[in-house]
Amino acid sequence: MTGRPIIGVLALQGAVDLHRPHIEAAGAQFKAVKTPKDFEVVDAFILPGGESTTMLKLIERFSLWDSLAENFAAKPVWGICAGSILMAEKVLNPAQKSFALLPITVQRNAYGTQKQSHTAQIDGYDVSFIRAPVIQDVDPSVEVLARHNGDPVWVKKGQYMATTFHPELTLDFPSPMHKAFVEMI
Amino acid sequence: MSADKNSGNIINIKTGLAEMLKGGVIMDVVTPEQAKVAEDAGAVAVMALERVPSDIRKAGGVARMSPPELIEQIMKVSSIPVMAKCRIGHFAEAQILEAIGVDYIDESEVLTPADEEFHINKHDFKIPFVCGAKNLGEALRRIGEGAALIRTKGEPGTGNIVEAVRHMRQIMAEIKWVVGMDEAELMSAARDMGAPYELLHIVRKEGRLPVPNFAAGGIATPADAALCMQLGAESVFVGSGIFKSDNPEKFAKAIVKATAHYDDPAIVLEASKELEGVAMRGTEISEIDEPMKMANRGW
Repeated sequence: MTGRPIIGVLALQGAVDLHRPHIEAAGAQFKAVKTPKDFEVVDAFILPGGESTTMLKLIERFSLWDSLAENFAAKPVWGICAGSILMAEKVLNPAQKSFALLPITVQRNAYGTQKQSHTAQIDGYDVSFIRAPVIQDVDPSVEVLARHNGDPVWVKKGQYMATTFHPELTLDFPSPMHKAFVEMI
Repeated sequence: MSADKNSGNIINIKTGLAEMLKGGVIMDVVTPEQAKVAEDAGAVAVMALERVPSDIRKAGGVARMSPPELIEQIMKVSSIPVMAKCRIGHFAEAQILEAIGVDYIDESEVLTPADEEFHINKHDFKIPFVCGAKNLGEALRRIGEGAALIRTKGEPGTGNIVEAVRHMRQIMAEIKWVVGMDEAELMSAARDMGAPYELLHIVRKEGRLPVPNFAAGGIATPADAALCMQLGAESVFVGSGIFKSDNPEKFAKAIVKATAHYDDPAIVLEASKELEGVAMRGTEISEIDEPMKMANRGW
């Protein structure tokens, strides 16, 4: 891709603005997106951290499902924590609807409550796991880019990428994950 | 990627959870059934309580932490974060809430203060705290004690937005004032506000509080939520406003919608037409006896 691609961060709820400095440092443009009109103009999507049940309900209530699905079919997508849940083919605890972009199984709140939230180094970069899901199962076609305690935490297949941790909460710009995502566009 | 790439310059996980709650609505609930209504409506978190603030006002007497069994029942049915309140300065109540495993503790003026001089040393806890504030100095004192999230105090249980607006405008105006200061002026501002000097440095550099800044206290309609968000709130707490309205389910959904699209009047209008009922009855602030003004609790 030539020029500076526009990365749309779905801004219905969650940690949106923290992506701006990472995206800009990685050589792309940041845009918070909420409507089908916004979705059309971006080159790639980030489904940010937040509450996956809330995002799911808002996507359905605001009738954004079809427009998002159409855009996701054609563009790179990176789901973070809640966003990774929206991308997983199968969701447990409880089972919920998803865009099924990645052949992985994700268990929500697998580490427990906020008491179990923690930081760890992934690829030499400090990141946070916040009420994080666990990727329990990955199809062999999925590339596992990093593991933590044996579980896949950074995965990729084709134009889709997911992390169960939050590189956007770290203030050294850009994170290796943002850099890798921009390279996918 | 070499290991020395990272300086450990990271937002701590307590504030990290608050970042995940941005752009959302946190709803007071008193039963597991209400918690389900809140989650189905799209709340980002629930506040587990024995009574909503307007009922606390009516009941009078001493308002304490809710019974642990009730909080646990609400946690059991919720997949979103669960918060619970302890009294100002009552660190033993906070220890119980931490032992239960709630996701956030609200050291709240809605309950009767346990200590009129000292707030809880929130650094002692692994669970994050949210605290109320009326102005920048108060917000920074609470952050200095370890609060990971600030909300306006407003005047809880009134359905009257005027105090939350006053507090949000006050905090935002003081932030602008500090940003415009010469560095040499910060120490006397710290003295006058009673705010930690180091935190004032951060406010001046960043142009915002060092932690997320939410609104609370008197939000009763989608328009109230949109107002707070436009004044600078990053999320809203709704206490009595939902379950004391005519139609809690519709109010909950409509307030969530208006918060997500606070900057689009056409959508806030839509949300305002979906209420199918009237809002909770509001209370004029001057009708409240001075000792029952919750915003004056804490310092």
